[in-house]
Formats: sequence, C-alpha cells, structure tokens
Amino acid sequence: MARCDKELLLQIPVEGFMYPNEVELQWSVLIVLYPFLTGLVAGAFILASLERVFMVKAVKPTYRLALLTALAFLIVAPLPLQLHLGHPERSFEMYLTPHRSSAMAMFGFVYLWYLLAVLVVEIWLDYRRDIVVMSQCTTGWKRLVYRVLTLGSTNISERSLHIDERVGWLVTVIGIPSAFLLHGYVGFIFGSVKANPWWSSPLMPVVFLFSAMVSGIAIVMLLYMLMCRLRREPIDMDCVDTVAKYLFYTFIIDFSLEMLDLIHRIYEADESFRSLDFMVHTRLFLSQVVIQILLGTVLPILLIGVTQVVKLAAEQRKRIYVAAGCLTMIGIFAMRWNVVIGGQLFSKSFLGYTTYKMGFVAREGLLTAIVLTVLPFVILGVLVKLLPPWPEKKSAISSVAVAAYGAD
Amino acid sequence: MSITRRQLLILLPAAAVAWKSILAGTPETSPNYNMTEHWWGMLVDITKCIGCGSCVRACQMENQVPDGYFRTWVERYHVSDYDIENPKVDSPDGGKNGFPPATVSDGKNFFVPKMCNHCADSPCTQVCPVGATFVSPDGVVLVDQKYCLGCRYCVQACPYGCRFVDPKKKTAQKCTLCYHRITKGLTTACCENCPTGARQLADLKNPNDPIHEFLKTHAVQVLKPYLATRSKLFYNGLDGSVR
Amino acid sequence: MKAFKDAGHLFRLASVFLVGGVLFLAFRGVLVPRSFGQYGHYRGNAIKDTAALPISYAGHQVCESCHTDVLEVKSKGVHKGVACEACHGPLATHADDPASVQPTKLDTAVLCVRCHEANLAKPKNFPQVVSAEHSGGAPCETCHQPHSPAIVAVTGGSQ
Repeated sequence: MARCDKELLLQIPVEGFMYPNEVELQWSVLIVLYPFLTGLVAGAFILASLERVFMVKAVKPTYRLALLTALAFLIVAPLPLQLHLGHPERSFEMYLTPHRSSAMAMFGFVYLWYLLAVLVVEIWLDYRRDIVVMSQCTTGWKRLVYRVLTLGSTNISERSLHIDERVGWLVTVIGIPSAFLLHGYVGFIFGSVKANPWWSSPLMPVVFLFSAMVSGIAIVMLLYMLMCRLRREPIDMDCVDTVAKYLFYTFIIDFSLEMLDLIHRIYEADESFRSLDFMVHTRLFLSQVVIQILLGTVLPILLIGVTQVVKLAAEQRKRIYVAAGCLTMIGIFAMRWNVVIGGQLFSKSFLGYTTYKMGFVAREGLLTAIVLTVLPFVILGVLVKLLPPWPEKKSAISSVAVAAYGAD
Repeated sequence: MSITRRQLLILLPAAAVAWKSILAGTPETSPNYNMTEHWWGMLVDITKCIGCGSCVRACQMENQVPDGYFRTWVERYHVSDYDIENPKVDSPDGGKNGFPPATVSDGKNFFVPKMCNHCADSPCTQVCPVGATFVSPDGVVLVDQKYCLGCRYCVQACPYGCRFVDPKKKTAQKCTLCYHRITKGLTTACCENCPTGARQLADLKNPNDPIHEFLKTHAVQVLKPYLATRSKLFYNGLDGSVR
Repeated sequence: MKAFKDAGHLFRLASVFLVGGVLFLAFRGVLVPRSFGQYGHYRGNAIKDTAALPISYAGHQVCESCHTDVLEVKSKGVHKGVACEACHGPLATHADDPASVQPTKLDTAVLCVRCHEANLAKPKNFPQVVSAEHSGGAPCETCHQPHSPAIVAVTGGSQ
C-alpha cells in the first residue's frame, strides 16, 4: 500500500509477533475487488451460455443483459489492479515478457483473449443485425458509432445471420472454458502460494469459480428484475424462477466446497491451524462467520430453498429472490475479503496478528473501491442505451429492417 | 582473525588492488569476477549472535534501507521449558538498537538473525509476472529496480518475510547479499560489521571456503525446510522452535 | 466462393484482429529491453546495475592498510575480530579521501553498551555487564581502551 512511512507503520496495532516486514498489508481492498469483478464477469457469462449452449430457453430474456453486464464489469476489472501497482506505467511489461511460471502473468493474455475473442465477438455477432439497422436509422454521433461497429459490412441477409448464429454458438462454447480460465487463474494465484497456508489449497480455484458463478447469476437476476421495473415491463417469472433454480444448485456446490475446505482444515489441524482458528474466531468472525457463511450463504440458500419446496405466489417469490440476491452479493464480496485480507492478517510465524488500516480517500482506499464498484453500472447504463437488450425495442427496429431489407 | 606481519604484507597489496577497483568509478564488478565461479550463501551461527544489531544498522546504511523496513533483522526467542511449541518472540525495530533486558529467566533465550535466504528454488522468483526478480547465475536473488511493477506478489510468496516494497520507490526490495560488494572481493556489510563473526559469507563453489569444513563438522539447519525452497542461509545451532 | 458469400463481415473482423496482432508484435519487438533473456527470464543488465551500486563501508582491510598502528594494538586484544567500521561507522568516503572526511568521536555510553549490556539471550561465555552497576557512571574508556579492552592499568580517578 502506498505512502506508508515508519510513523504510519508504528500506528498499526500488532498482537503477538509478526516478522517486521509483515506488519503492513500488501494487498488492499482493491485486490479484494478485482476477483469480485472478474467473478461477476465469469458468472454472468456462464448464465448467458446456459441459453446459448445448453438450450435452457427459459432464461433467454436475460441473455443479452448477461453479456452486457459481463462486458461492463470486464472493462472496469483492470482498474483496481492498475491503481494498486507501484508502477502502473510498467504494467505493459506483462505483455512484453510474461513470466510463464507466474499465474499473474497470465492475466494480460487471458483478459485480452476473453475480452476480445470471446465477449466482444459474441456481443457483436448477436447484435450485428441491430447495429446495421441502427446505423441506418439514427443520426449524429450515434450514427457514427454504429457505422464504425458495423466494420463497413451491411450484410444482414438471412444466410449471414445464420452464419453469425453458428459462429456465435462456437464462440460461446469456447467462452465457457475461457470464463473458467479468467476466474480460475485468480484462484490459482492464491491457491499456489505455499508460503501462505490460508491460501495454499488445490480447492482454491474451484471455490473461486463456483462463488463467481453464484455472484454472476445473482447479479444478472437482480439487474433483470430491476430493469423490468424501470421499463415498467412485467417480470418473466418463468425466467427468474429458472435463474433462481440455477443459483440454488450452484450455491449448494459452492457451499459444499467451502465446507469441505473448512472441515479438512479442522480435521488435519496442521501447524497453521491454531493461528488461523484463532484469527477466524476473533478478527475474522464478523466478516467470515456472520456475513459470509450465515448471512451470505446459509440464509440465501434457505430462502431460495423454500421457493423450491413450497408453492408461493409470484410476488412472494420475487421478494425472496431480491433478498437472496442481495445477500448473495454481500456474501460473495465477504468471501473475497476473507481470502485476501484474512490471508494477510496473520503472521507466517503463526505467532501474531496485524490489522488492516484501510484509508478512505486514498489511492487504495474505500472511496476508490466504492467508485470502482459503481462504475460498471454506469458503463452498463451506457451499453444498454447503445445496444438495447430487449425484444420490444428490437421489434420496432425489426419493422424498419423489414422495410429496408426485405422479410426475415 | 589474528594477523601476522607476514600476512599483512600479503594483505596490503590485495587491499590496495581491491580499493583501486572501487575508486575507479565503482565499475559493475571487479574485472576478473566471473559469475559462474561462485555460488553464494551465508552461514549464521546462533551460538555466537549477541543481538547487538550491528548487522541491521550496517545494512541500513550500506543499502539506504527505509526506516521501518528491514533487509535483515534480529529476533529474540524465549522458549520456556513447559511450552516449547509457543516461543515468545520479539524484534523491537528489527533489533536495530539491540534488545531490552529479558525479564523471564526460565527456559532458554537466544537471538536469531534473519535475512533473505537466497533460495536456489526460490518461490518469490517463480511468481514474478514479468521477470523483475530472478536468481543470478551466481546464486543471488536480486530485484531489477527498473523493471519491477510493484505488484507485491513476490512479497506474498516469500515464506520468510524478507521482502518489502519501498514506500518511495514503489518497487520490491530485499537483501541483495550486498552484491555490489561481494563482486568486488569485499564481504557483505552485515558480515563485515558483525563483532562476533556470527555471520559469515559463504561461497559454495570455492573449494577453499571454510563453509565446506563447517558443514561437515556441524549440525546445520535451514528455515522451513519442508517448503523445499533450497535455502542457502545455513544456521548453526538453530532451535526447533524457531519460526 | 459461395460458402463465404455472406461471411464478409467475419473476414473484416478477422482482419481487425490480425492488424492488432501485427501491431502488438511490432511493439513488442521495439519495447522488450535488449539484454532481456541474456542469462534467464530477466534483464541481463539488471545484474550490472545492482553491482554498480555505491559502497558505504570500506572494509577492515582498507582501514588496516593505513592505520597499521591501530592494527598492531587491536590484533593483540579480544576485539581483533571486530571490524573498524562496526564501531566507527561507514567510512568509504574517508578511505577514498582521508582529509575530506573525519570520523566523528564515538560515545562509548551508547556504543559499548549495545554489545556488552547483560542480556539473558546472549551466549553465556560472552563478556556482558549490567552497565548501571558496573562502573558507577564512569565512561567505559576510563578503564577499557576500545582497541584492546583488557584492563592493564586503571587511569586514576574514581571507580
């Protein structure tokens, strides 16, 4: 963390013994935010692929929204990393000389691959007809934007759209393991550090991935319900019921994995266990036991579980989904917090603990984290305006398209 | 280190040559330094360490180490007879100005100097995303100050807590084994200033280095051997309770 | 070709990626430091950069090459293994140009105590005293000559 001189160091309360260089935390709330954001990207994409590849027709209304959500969060994702680096101007070195033994070096390429070869291509292929039509219908700077996006081709014949459909399907199929890689490698960054027993685990990439899917599904569900409200459109209950069902199943798997890790730790009780156990019971109690496990995992599972077992009216189900969705988002953020911050609160000598002093108006402070969390929603707002996700707008355009290019 | 007149007559010209090469605008290495002929390590003798902190002060002055951060530090252990698993450890300001008197007399007390272990299988160089930290051909783990991004992954990956990020330069820093000195025939600043000879620079490729004899005749340990870092910081008399 | 008739837009997309890829490779060729990869996955010149850092401690051999009189005294006492700069501080600048830099006079009250203050953690056979009880406030050099600390004569005054 930046600008920490000796005076500031001395202000950090230390309990027991820490190696002198360990007192100051290395990775701040921004590094908590990064896996949270890429997790949303991966999870939203997986939800989108449910419809495209696994033919779950019920979730179609969320398809385009899920893609745009993924894009909005992916655009913001590198920002917390850049703000954290001591020398962000040197970050391009990861593209020049990536060190192949380092999981972090993969970031640049996996990110670029996922952004360009998967997400942007898939969105472009799915929206291409609308882009071409809007490049004819709109005026001013918007028209210029759409014209650039067409890449100069105005071919929206049935055959070209069919080719788009097939290629898009292929891109989605490639996109699923790419999404796993995009977020799985983050888990591996932590899971492969043998020096840190809180992180070092083969389960880490898997836990990260499943919690990412949970958060991604939850946020698309919440955004869909919110946008229907804003557009004064009825919520497609079949859609949200299906999304909630998938959220439920994914959550069960995620919870099982986290419990497996916990039980394994308690059972084996290796040399780090006493120190970590004490940390969880004291410094991490609120964020881990209360927020992550009880409020953020058990409660949402129970809430959605109720809807799976008991027949409830649509209004009641909606309320439960919103509550469960919000709790899930908080819980998954808490999970990232507990991994990143928790892993730095204890000494590698297992003899002491330090404290995380989070600034507010600082380069790596809370305000920055809040701004970076809000920013994707702002970008999503712009994307939704530029590339409207929903059929009713599409039908208005379709009639123009039919007039201009002949029948579908 | 007793020195006879004869030895002095041999030493003086050698010192003069070494000094001349230093004065000649601090060249990269002395002209006849060949990296492949050396494999550097260090020996720390716990039975000799008096916790005076001379090494910590010397390192800070030689390497302009920022206050509050440490390229080397000294820990004091108090291991009581009835609770060997839980030693009491302290390191006030890294031991830079010595230690206050111990208050409890039962059990054993000793000092443990710590620094970068210059691991041959170093986990910190493994995780660097751009190749800014590396093991040199002569076995010293170094950081390229012009290339480091300051991502702090190496600091996380070091099991020994020997790395930090300079608050002004914003790059990773750690003990360089005084590379700028050892390549000119000098010893490290910490070894130079250790009054009891508890710290000794070792060149494992040099057949005349006393380390070879020492390793044959003493029980020597490294920190956290189960992590298989192939540490080259050897301790004599390291108690099992040392973390 | 008939198969590619309606796929023109895909070729345009592919060419955008191709151009991007070529630009990336071009940038890479220019921006990767010349000495990178010389010895391993790092900038070879980093080794030279590190080796060229300035030196602060001259090393006892250099001190002894001029101060032979001190060496004579020291080599006979128990401080023979203590380097000059361990007490006198870094003096490479003094060795470089003796007239320009004069080492400061040391305060034994701080200096000697650092090593010799009694502490349970110090090795039992190491000479250590409780300084408050040892000399009744008299400075260490009253009885001990630092270069050869064994007491041979008490230089008058109170104990």
